[in-house]
Amino acid sequence: MADHAFGGIRIRNLYKIFGSNPGAYVEAVRNGLTKTELNVKYGHVLGLRDINIDMPSGSIQVIMGLSGSGKSTLIRHINRLIDPTAGEVLVDGTDVVKMSETELRTFRRQETAMVFQKFALLPHRTVLDNTVFGLELQGVGRAQRIDTAMRWLERVGLKGFEQKYPNQLSGGMQQRVGLARALANDAPVLLMDEAYSALDPLIRTDMQTVLLDLQKEIRKTIVFITHDLDEALRLGDQIAILRDGEVIQQGTSQDIVLRPADDYVANFVKEVNRGRVVHVEAVMTPLAPGNGAPHGPTIAAGVTIEEAVRLLASAPEGDITVVDATGKPLGRVTFRQLAGAMVNAQETGHRAVA
Amino acid sequence: MDWFYTFPHMNDDMLRDLKKTIDEGFRGFTRSYGDVIESLFTPLQHFLISAERFMLKTPWPIITLLILAIAYAATRSLRIVAGCLVTLLLIGYFDMWEDTMRTVSMIFVCTVLSIVIGLPIGILMARSNRMQRIVNPILDVMQTMPSFVYLIPVVMLLGIGKVPGLIAVVIYAIPPMIRLTDLGIRLVDKDVLEAADAFGADNRQKLFKVQLPLALPTIMAGINQTIMMALAMVVIASMIGVQGLGQPVLKAIANQYFTLGIFNGMAIVGIAIMFDRVSQAYGKRLQKHREIAHG
Ligand SMILES: Nc1ncnc2c1ncn2[C@@H]1O[C@H](COP(=O)(O)OP(=O)(O)OP(=O)(O)O)[C@@H](O)[C@H]1O
Ligand SMILES: [Mg+2]
Repeated sequence: MADHAFGGIRIRNLYKIFGSNPGAYVEAVRNGLTKTELNVKYGHVLGLRDINIDMPSGSIQVIMGLSGSGKSTLIRHINRLIDPTAGEVLVDGTDVVKMSETELRTFRRQETAMVFQKFALLPHRTVLDNTVFGLELQGVGRAQRIDTAMRWLERVGLKGFEQKYPNQLSGGMQQRVGLARALANDAPVLLMDEAYSALDPLIRTDMQTVLLDLQKEIRKTIVFITHDLDEALRLGDQIAILRDGEVIQQGTSQDIVLRPADDYVANFVKEVNRGRVVHVEAVMTPLAPGNGAPHGPTIAAGVTIEEAVRLLASAPEGDITVVDATGKPLGRVTFRQLAGAMVNAQETGHRAVA
Repeated sequence: MDWFYTFPHMNDDMLRDLKKTIDEGFRGFTRSYGDVIESLFTPLQHFLISAERFMLKTPWPIITLLILAIAYAATRSLRIVAGCLVTLLLIGYFDMWEDTMRTVSMIFVCTVLSIVIGLPIGILMARSNRMQRIVNPILDVMQTMPSFVYLIPVVMLLGIGKVPGLIAVVIYAIPPMIRLTDLGIRLVDKDVLEAADAFGADNRQKLFKVQLPLALPTIMAGINQTIMMALAMVVIASMIGVQGLGQPVLKAIANQYFTLGIFNGMAIVGIAIMFDRVSQAYGKRLQKHREIAHG
């Protein structure tokens, strides 16, 4: 592991059918049998259909969808808590589906860690003993595992709570224990199945911040499941949207907000605060390349509209030049364009496509 | 129409022959293997005898202190400890100390045996539905068969004495231990078990780090019931030679000694309540942190 960079996760042509004889229907599903038909005619449930996702190492992949869309089913294929009906799950180049039981156990101990919606802590163990759980299963020595656990407990803000039991803590704190337990494993893959869905909104934002701060340091490949778009947009480097077991759109938060693939996604993003998601490049009027030096105020590409408005609120009227990292001008944007983009979805969409 | 009024049964000779054949078969089996089987149980006999010797030879104040210390360690409740003390003092004062010690040692050995046998069976049952389907009806038979009936083969095989008595008591008392172990493990939260899987626990680790600890309060309830049922068998077991509080009761029934019967009966009730309160309070203490966590 030490001198080899983790290769990320690739999911290839993954199908999952629940029922007594799933293998018999894969072909039919491949050829277009729908979820409803499969259920009504054959009494089988279509969990996932032809999933293909690349999750680059070190990024946060969000998987989003409504209840029953197959999110939990999908994430459980990555550590094979669920066996697929067909397809490949390549983690760091190795197909998880083909692993023997022993290989799978070693893989789960060393390559993945998981955080659960209902926390799934061991109620008879203290916070500290819960945190060492993964290391204990690996057979790490007592002194070392306590050392590691204490470090992560402190990192997630639970210093002083080591000897408490889970039922003495609030939901938010319990999930911090869940997070510390997962991080203590130091596995390259972190799986989080609606890890924050059971928390109230303030705690939730708090925990999102904790995760984002940590990620700057640990650079894990995180798969994060949620049905909350704001959470998805805030956390996700990449987002995949799932409906009835199918991926209907994948991309960055910008892609999703600016170019929803269909009405289902459009409905999802309707209420979103665009100012926080859309970058200034998406609304600017591009310059022809090599069009002279910038004049007047400038702003860096990659800044969100909301930030741009804040930065420019006191700037003089007129055009603002968007520049790239090297200071090269990319385009011009007016205050009116920025304000318009924040309130009017349609216009932004057209401009972005145009 | 004769068949309508009397149930058409197997003809008398055939029935007699059938019973005779089975009896003789079993007797033959006893004759040829009785000694071997008896020798299999010698370790048990040693265990039983040394437990009894310990309880009888140790001076009563030390035994009393020991029992109180165990009660305190298990319950952390001074009220229960005081209750135990009063019970023990009354038993001693009414001159039933020795019989009580014999009974307590028998119950102790029986409980240990039930745990040693019952726990693994319960675990296997929880792991496989087929095993559960096989074992459950056997447990039903063990619990509903009048206990006198299974005294017969036990006595035929092993004669009269402590060991056959103990075996009869264990057969009667072990079902709740097995059932509640099975139940406790099956009731373990699926989410927690999934977490153990996700972190790469093997079957052993899951059993010892997750399933058994989480099932412990339920298993404790099983142990409690096993002890209570074993106490209920004390009088019946004394019919085949188990010494203790049962024998005076038996004598009292035969000779209509009302007070003797009542005194010894009360002593049985006394230790039953003692065991019950202590093991229940211990079970509760185990529960303390295990209610479904809020959040
Ligand atoms: N073991 C199973 N047997 C049969 N059907 C199942 C099983 N597990 C899941 N399903 C079905 O698969 C579909 C996807 O379920 P899944 O739990 O993955 O949804 P989800 O997106 O995680 O939903 P939620 O937001 O409610 O957690 C659902 O239709 C569900 O009924
Ligand atoms: Mg789910």
